[in-house]
Amino acid sequence: MGRPISNDGRHGPKDPYHVGFVLDGIKAAWPICLGYLPLGFAFGVLAQKAGLDLLDIALMSILVYAGSSQFIAVAMISGASAPASIILTTFVVNLRHLLMSSSLAVHLHGEGKGFLSVFAYGVTDESFAVNMAKFRDGGWHRYQALAVNQMSNFTWIGSTILGGYAGQSIPAGCYGIDYALSAMFLCLLTFQLRGRQYFLTAIISGVATIGFALIVPGNGFVIMASLFGATAGFALKRYAQRKRGSYV
Amino acid sequence: MFKTEYILLIVGMGLVTYIPRYLPLFILAQRNLPRGFIEWLDMVPVAILSALVFSEIFLSGPPRHLDMLQIKSLVAIPTFLIALKTKSLGGTVISGMILFWLAEKIS
Repeated sequence: MGRPISNDGRHGPKDPYHVGFVLDGIKAAWPICLGYLPLGFAFGVLAQKAGLDLLDIALMSILVYAGSSQFIAVAMISGASAPASIILTTFVVNLRHLLMSSSLAVHLHGEGKGFLSVFAYGVTDESFAVNMAKFRDGGWHRYQALAVNQMSNFTWIGSTILGGYAGQSIPAGCYGIDYALSAMFLCLLTFQLRGRQYFLTAIISGVATIGFALIVPGNGFVIMASLFGATAGFALKRYAQRKRGSYV
Repeated sequence: MFKTEYILLIVGMGLVTYIPRYLPLFILAQRNLPRGFIEWLDMVPVAILSALVFSEIFLSGPPRHLDMLQIKSLVAIPTFLIALKTKSLGGTVISGMILFWLAEKIS
């Protein structure tokens, strides 16, 4: 903050490992971490109930690192689903990151392959929401963004292991653990409601989700509804711009 | 599930999760994107999050069906208001969990 960093984030101070960047990242990431603690804890408890040991939980959190799909995978493991169908479901559920990475790419224009491959690992609903808001406000450096990703990542891994450990002494369904994920999504949604157009897009996308969920079998309905909602929202925005004559 | 099978499962899940995260960054960060596409991308986050919220709170199952008035959706109203008011991720998650827990106890 307050440092002379330009919007594309590549003309700031020379030292990319500037301690201040990490601190800024931590400052921006702490609400995510605070959200991940109960969420990761909840996941750990549920995973332990499904028969995963601490090492299994840690491995999944490190290699997959995608909250909602981890919850779904654990539910499928308890239901004795075939590994292939668990992997396919994970793929479909996490395909939304494709859209998030596409949005982030606008702000990481011209970065090296090494940085991008590390950064990609940490793209989640939450880090995406925070980093996009920061990039949009301007003055956000790629290393600050990476610090947000990794702080969230470490918190997630730690809290899931903690949950797995504590799960041995916590009864199933306790303390509203089943609601952690819904509450997280609700809060992230409110961050995105930055005006009427976004609000309308949310409604369209939400209603479309219900529609697709009831008509289309399988787990693809979230992606379909997201694409539909974003496209409808974009069309509405364009229409409004044309009507006001401010179309560019 | 056997240990090796589990490891394979995790590695598979990891791969299919990482690839969609990586490919757009790798492909798109190297070139200039058309303005319309960027504007469309701007609508993507709100659409995704709303889709996730609706699927979490209004759907029940399996078998999947619409359930407008369930504890999850009713608790979503105060949770949503708390999120709007406090703008705190941690606070919202914890209040949502407590509200859900209480609502389940009462019902």
